[in-house]
Amino acid sequence: MVMALIQESFFLPPLDFSSSQTWKSCRCPACSCWITSFFPWFGLDIGGTLVKLVYFEPKDITAEEEEEEVENLKSIRKYLTSNVAYGSTGIRDVHLELKDLTLCGRKGNLHFIRFPTHDMPAFIQMGSEKHFSSLHTTLCATGGGAYKFEQDFLTMGDLELCKLDELDCLVKGVLYIDSVGFNGHSECYYFENPTDPERCQKLPFNLENPYPLLLVNIGSGVSILAAYSKDNYKRVTGTSLGGGTFFGLCCLLTGCSTFEEALEMASHGDSTKVDKLVRDIYGGDYERFGLPGWAVASSFGNMMSKEKRESVSKEDLARATLITITNNIGSIARMCALNENINRVVFVGNFLRINTISMRLLAYALDYWSKGQLKALFLEHEGYFGAVGALLGLLDSA
Amino acid sequence: MYWPGGSLTKLAYYSTVQHKVARVRSFDHSGKDIDNEPLYEISVQEEITARLHFIKFENTYIETCLDFIKDHLVNTETKVIKATGGGAYKFKDLIEKKLGLKVDKEDVMTCLIKGCNFVLRNIPHEVFAYQKDSDTEFRFQTNHPNIFPYLLVNIGSGVSIVKVESEDKFEWIGGSSIGGGTFWGLGALLTKTKKFDELLQLASKGQHTNVDMLVKDVYGGAYQTLGLSGNLIASSFGKSTTADKEFSKEDMAKSLLHMISNDIGQLACLHAKLHNLDKIYFGGFFIRGHPVTMRTITYSINFFSKGEVQALFLRHEGYLGAIGAFLKGAEQDNPNQYSWGENYAGSSGLMSTSPDVYPMQRTRSGTFDMLEMDRLERPLVNLPLLKDPSTYIPDTVDLTDDAMARKYWLTCFEEALDGVAKRAAASQPDSVDAQERAEKFRQKYWNKLQTLRQQPFAYGTLTVRSLLDTREHCLNEFNFPDPYSKVKQKENGIALKCFQSVIESLDSLGWEERQFALVKGLLAGNVFDWGAKAVSDVLESEPQFGFEEAKSKLQGKGRSLDLDLDGPPHKCALIFADNSGIDIILGVFPFVRELLSRGTEVILACNSGPALNDVTYSESLIVTERIAAMDPVIHSALRDEKLLLVQTGSSSPCLDLSRLDQGLAVLVRERQTDLVVIEGMGRAIHTNYYAVLRCESLKLAVIKNSWLADRLGGKIFSVIFKYEVPCK
Repeated sequence: MVMALIQESFFLPPLDFSSSQTWKSCRCPACSCWITSFFPWFGLDIGGTLVKLVYFEPKDITAEEEEEEVENLKSIRKYLTSNVAYGSTGIRDVHLELKDLTLCGRKGNLHFIRFPTHDMPAFIQMGSEKHFSSLHTTLCATGGGAYKFEQDFLTMGDLELCKLDELDCLVKGVLYIDSVGFNGHSECYYFENPTDPERCQKLPFNLENPYPLLLVNIGSGVSILAAYSKDNYKRVTGTSLGGGTFFGLCCLLTGCSTFEEALEMASHGDSTKVDKLVRDIYGGDYERFGLPGWAVASSFGNMMSKEKRESVSKEDLARATLITITNNIGSIARMCALNENINRVVFVGNFLRINTISMRLLAYALDYWSKGQLKALFLEHEGYFGAVGALLGLLDSA
Repeated sequence: MYWPGGSLTKLAYYSTVQHKVARVRSFDHSGKDIDNEPLYEISVQEEITARLHFIKFENTYIETCLDFIKDHLVNTETKVIKATGGGAYKFKDLIEKKLGLKVDKEDVMTCLIKGCNFVLRNIPHEVFAYQKDSDTEFRFQTNHPNIFPYLLVNIGSGVSIVKVESEDKFEWIGGSSIGGGTFWGLGALLTKTKKFDELLQLASKGQHTNVDMLVKDVYGGAYQTLGLSGNLIASSFGKSTTADKEFSKEDMAKSLLHMISNDIGQLACLHAKLHNLDKIYFGGFFIRGHPVTMRTITYSINFFSKGEVQALFLRHEGYLGAIGAFLKGAEQDNPNQYSWGENYAGSSGLMSTSPDVYPMQRTRSGTFDMLEMDRLERPLVNLPLLKDPSTYIPDTVDLTDDAMARKYWLTCFEEALDGVAKRAAASQPDSVDAQERAEKFRQKYWNKLQTLRQQPFAYGTLTVRSLLDTREHCLNEFNFPDPYSKVKQKENGIALKCFQSVIESLDSLGWEERQFALVKGLLAGNVFDWGAKAVSDVLESEPQFGFEEAKSKLQGKGRSLDLDLDGPPHKCALIFADNSGIDIILGVFPFVRELLSRGTEVILACNSGPALNDVTYSESLIVTERIAAMDPVIHSALRDEKLLLVQTGSSSPCLDLSRLDQGLAVLVRERQTDLVVIEGMGRAIHTNYYAVLRCESLKLAVIKNSWLADRLGGKIFSVIFKYEVPCK
């Protein structure tokens, strides 16, 4: 458990109000809570499966500030930045850390941490036990869990959450991270020659003029947004066939217990044993409709036969599940792009984490079925944009 | 002709059916004592008509099926059989060997779409929307005169989305690999249940909320304040992301069903939006007669389109491929150049969704199921005078909707059945097996009525018309082409003898009195209806019951009539006649004569084939000829083509103004018809009571049914006289 460890390392003395630290306070326009931007600066995105936490670690603390920094604040900083794993399920994605960022006049590093949503109660419990509320900072949160756990934060942790809109946070987060770049590299990338496995390669993409843009956020479920300008964006649609479906079906079909395990299995499987392809039905291409023989005609279609059910491996099933979900997201995204008349589609969300198979397939599918008209784009910080947006919400309003 | 798909084989074949028809032929009366001779000769002849048969059965019966085809291929020139679907590959050798025919494999989608166009064009009430939670699960749609463009979503093992723009132009605009095969294959893996139907059964018992992550699982209780529906699925199978919990088969199957249906619905809506279409027809084995999937697909389409797109289903969806393959093979005698009519006697009808009759449904639709279409001799078209053909609904009361009316009419037809069977047998005294056939007819129609009690939607919207038509089809099936032929012959003879005296008495009246008497005569004539039990009882018991007696039966005498016979004469009147005998001869003809005298041309439309004691076109020719011989007005009108006799194209006691003989339609247009007179209960009350025309119309009938009279707030033998002038 992530929180067990945090609890051991936290020691929170009563807040010292004589502190000379400057801070501002204002009403949050969204939920009219009081927003104060004391350190620590957090942004929280509580999804259906994962909690994403971004933490800004100030690196420009003066000696005077260091002196005055309350003990529990210091210990939070030390704890978060000196560990890469918290308990058994909390993980800091070190490779995503953004260094030497200037945020609201402060210089520091941005850290990216995630843990399962079902550990949320322990997280709140910890905050309560260690008087997190005495730090007098506001906790900005987005995602459905901001609503679900709002009352728990209040009653158990004496913390009033500032709930921020998911779409606002997501769009804001994407634009911000893309603008600051990834430690001197491009945040956004694409796959060149996606239809040619030999020549396919990941290349940076300049998202300087991002609009119009279709943003496909693949978490447990999928949300699709169309952004026309900084302030003009809307949710187009969504689908319940998302990362949760892949993982959930894999658990049922293969008995695996982690997303990583499921992806690992998928990487060793062969989905064509599970799926019925066009060529399995027509012996080759289906020319009347211009369908290539390799296209999947029926996901899991071969599993209608008992013999074939008995001959497939767990890896094959995991692979087929991954391909099914990914292709479906690609095809819904493509239809939305056509309906919205947008040709750049950015895929984000934690489903894509360490999931090159899906990213390449999305790139391929969008390119192939649109005859090169649509481009699939990806961002390095996959699932963290909501949390980044929440952090920005905290700083913007103050 | 042949469409093996999945585990069912569907077979379409064309046959010529020999059946008996009643013919009438005028005697040569020269030099004979016409008073003691019957008016004309009735003969029963063999006629050959074309019929399309569609049969569906399980693949295990393939050999039996091929034997069946072989028997029916005798004496044909057929060298090639058209086959489509997966089984076309599987059974190719067997078919070629058994039948000695070459198997021509036809493209699946082309066949499907050809078949779809055919049923959309030829079968009334082919299309329905599915509404599980309303009284009537099946909401049948009026056939739109223009069926294109439409979207066809075929959910087989995968999903194909096809945009159909015209008879020959269609385009695959998209598809999805998540389809019926995914439900079946993935479902079999998850639940260890092998059969598709069993998976659907499991799904109908499950709770998907145990497996799916819902919006309220993510948002807690707060979703309401955000205007979200907490029951929406945020992530399908989102709760099964754990290795240490067991999930029930039912719950997983249900979750899978929702996942797949929602996904298909969403994609279909996205395509519909892109192509600006608002109707989607769904087909394929995933849908075929399964209320569970029709329900989830309908829900999904409503949800994703916000009600702007309608999910529609087809009664004969399972036959589309076979019909299409057949049409491909019959291109030299293109069936699309004809009009076709569903034969209710030979077709099994749509199966029920009610759990009570579920086993029966399975046995019936699973093993043997059929559809028969009769080729009509002449093409049928809309009456050009219909105000809006796309919204015209012939039938006045939808019995699928109105449970009380349904109960009444079904009972009414049941009670009348013995009498009808008896009359049928009596109409062929010289036939040795008439009794036996009449009994078979009785049994068949009785069974149809019982089916309709259970499944009112079996043949589309249930109406008095469909009940009457089904009875006629069943009578024909057992070679009772015209049970009333002798009754009609006798009544025509008697009425003709009274014609001159009726005319004389009318001519003696003043203008105003005469108009009133003419209309009264029209109505009195309409009392003579063997189709109405109240009347047939009187007629059976009082053989002397005549025109004057009928006039005295009429209720509501002395009402002022609004028909503007005072104004300028009409250019041309179209009259749909009802019964033989007194009705046509003493009621309609004096009225026709008056119109002709005013300078109005008259088109007199009678049924092409017999139904009850309705006057047929061929009978009307003889009757008119005899009247012309007595009456100079009629005589000169016939000679100068001011009086024209046409056939309706129908053999129904009711009238569907959207399916009329093309010749009639042409004439109506040529003569600039500006008055339509529709006579009789079947034509003016059971149907067309609410029909809106572009010209003046007069609907008149005598209510010869006390229940209906009650419903309309009158007494039996009340008069309906509905004169309508189109709003300018």
